[in-house]
Amino acid sequence: MKKEPIIHVKNVSKSYPIAGKEFMALKQIDLSLNEGEFAGIVGPSGSGKTTLLNIIGSLDKPTQGDAFVLNKDIKALSHNEAASLRNYHIGFIFQVFNLLPVYTVFENVEFALLLQNNSAKERREAVMRALNWVGLTDHADKRPDKLSGGESQRVAIARAMVKAPKIVLADEPTANLDSENAHEILKTMKKLNQELGTTFLFSTHDEKVMGYLDRIIHLRDGKIEKDEKNKL
Amino acid sequence: MIKFIIRGILRDKSKSIIPIAVISVGVMVTVMMSGFLEGVFSDVINQNAKLDTGHVKIMTKPYAENKEQLPNDLALLGINELIDSLNLNYPDLIWTPRIKFGGIMDVPDASGNTKLQGPGIGLAISILSEESGELQRLQLNKSLKKGRLPKRSGEIILSDNYATKLNISPGEKITFFGSTMEGSMVFQSYEMTGTVEFGSPLMDKGTFIIDIRDAQNMLDMENGTGELLGYFKDDKYDDQKALVIAENFNAKFQESKDEYAPVMFTLKDQNGLRESLDMGDAFSGIFIFIFILAMSLVLWNTGLIGGLRRYNEFGIRLALGESKNNVFKLLLIEASVIGLIGSIIGTSLGLVFCYYLQEVGIDISKDVANSTIIMPSVMRAYVTSDLFYIGFIPGLFSMLFGTALAGRGIYKRETARLFKELEV
Ligand SMILES: Nc1ncnc2c1ncn2[C@@H]1O[C@H](COP(=O)(O)OP(=O)(O)OP(=O)(O)O)[C@@H](O)[C@H]1O
Ligand SMILES: [Mg+2]
Repeated sequence: MKKEPIIHVKNVSKSYPIAGKEFMALKQIDLSLNEGEFAGIVGPSGSGKTTLLNIIGSLDKPTQGDAFVLNKDIKALSHNEAASLRNYHIGFIFQVFNLLPVYTVFENVEFALLLQNNSAKERREAVMRALNWVGLTDHADKRPDKLSGGESQRVAIARAMVKAPKIVLADEPTANLDSENAHEILKTMKKLNQELGTTFLFSTHDEKVMGYLDRIIHLRDGKIEKDEKNKL
Repeated sequence: MIKFIIRGILRDKSKSIIPIAVISVGVMVTVMMSGFLEGVFSDVINQNAKLDTGHVKIMTKPYAENKEQLPNDLALLGINELIDSLNLNYPDLIWTPRIKFGGIMDVPDASGNTKLQGPGIGLAISILSEESGELQRLQLNKSLKKGRLPKRSGEIILSDNYATKLNISPGEKITFFGSTMEGSMVFQSYEMTGTVEFGSPLMDKGTFIIDIRDAQNMLDMENGTGELLGYFKDDKYDDQKALVIAENFNAKFQESKDEYAPVMFTLKDQNGLRESLDMGDAFSGIFIFIFILAMSLVLWNTGLIGGLRRYNEFGIRLALGESKNNVFKLLLIEASVIGLIGSIIGTSLGLVFCYYLQEVGIDISKDVANSTIIMPSVMRAYVTSDLFYIGFIPGLFSMLFGTALAGRGIYKRETARLFKELEV
């Protein structure tokens, strides 16, 4: 029996009303990801990458078509159900690091766990484990403004990973990093993908990122142009 | 989570300092104004009560109608019997007669010729009887400027200004010229023993005080008085109680054919106090309301600006799986904490200011020197229990209200939009 895909996007379109007209950001997208994939959506600016990730991440709803994530119909989820799905199963990493400046590294990572009813001890263990994955245990008590860009993005990865989600969605995670840090980040994520089996879906137009991907989905003007295995 | 959020606000000074400052100032001004108005109002009440109106006052109907003219020909008679029955019927009150009368004071020189003279208002009170409580009530010991208080019949004290005007010092003789209740001429010599300052410009201008018995004798008012004042024994004016007593008393004389039947007035129903005090109450109510409204608007605005700056944070929290409800709820909790801190600071500052004004006061005697109503010459604030919540509660709620309005934005926006804004 064939395994159910962890992400299943069927005939999804998304339009935005712009100046009275409907602007189609996504046009009839079909896409499936299996558990444990390390895939990327690649395309020029404005091609709809973020829009697609937001729908998969239940931050947004498709105008047409259906998106299933972990067998849940994104369109049918209530706001609270969507929040709960994100809370337990989906980790986000953004282009800008988006750490909360008033909190320490430890607290930023812990924040993701506060909505789940874990004890302080469990949280502490999980946070330190996640910081260990990204090699930042020494920086736990620092504030984000004391960190380099690469370190900040690693905190964001730890924050996404700390709840051991099934899926991590990373929207141009290397766009603000120099090449050395970008490679560092990608290696970290690839390692987590292999060790924990977490499914990763990137959006990027960064050549360096493409080098690490197992699968590249080319997006242009809201349409999938090409979906290929990456020969590493 | 709540602890976490609160830790966040405490660390981020910029997020909390402006609203806290706004609330503090708003609450402080509210507390200050309330304490000040409270102080002035209760001083006005107290001073009227002790110098003029009593907590309730009994006069004859025609006397009451012409009381500005001090018409002692219309005086109450048979007051000993009246007081006995009042004591029986209204045990909460203590009764004391006062006679006000006009006349001319004449200061003779060594040979008995007029040195200086001037008109004055006489106030006859039970100064020689201990149980009347008039000495304490009028705080004559405290207001004594020169000399001593009368100890026996035939002694007189003057308001300090009046004594200065007449150039008379304690120990000297002074003669009163006036008319009796019946209208015959009378003059009587007194020994001046001291001067007092009432703290009310109207009274300080030209008042002299003699004992009620001297006045009754001199003015042919045996067992009579112009006014019979009642004071609550606990010394606190209770308008509700006073109204009931007055109504009860007046009902008994409603049908009376006697044109000199007594009639009782409450403190507030004299000197137009009810109108002005009610107006003052209304004004302070309106003032506080407007203040809260303005404070809410300012806080709404700071809340909005703060909220916009925080869309980034809200976006992250939503992405991490927090529900909008939860973000909103925590925003309100934050607002409560900030409102609480601001209200505590504001209330404390306001109380300190009121305490200062209570102890020191603002001297307005120059401005009201020609006042024709009885009002204190030093305006003071009073620290009352009201002040602890009068600013506090509005401070807290305006912050909550402002934030709630601002926070609705979280709901209005689509989740993804909340996010878009953090990509730029
Ligand atoms: N909320 C929105 N309202 C209107 N138009 C939108 C909205 N979100 C996205 N768009 C439009 O949809 C198109 C796709 O946007 P999207 O952000 O998905 O592109 P992208 O591939 O992520 O681009 P980039 O590489 O610049 O991040 C763009 O033309 C954008 O202007
Ligand atoms: Mg994008």
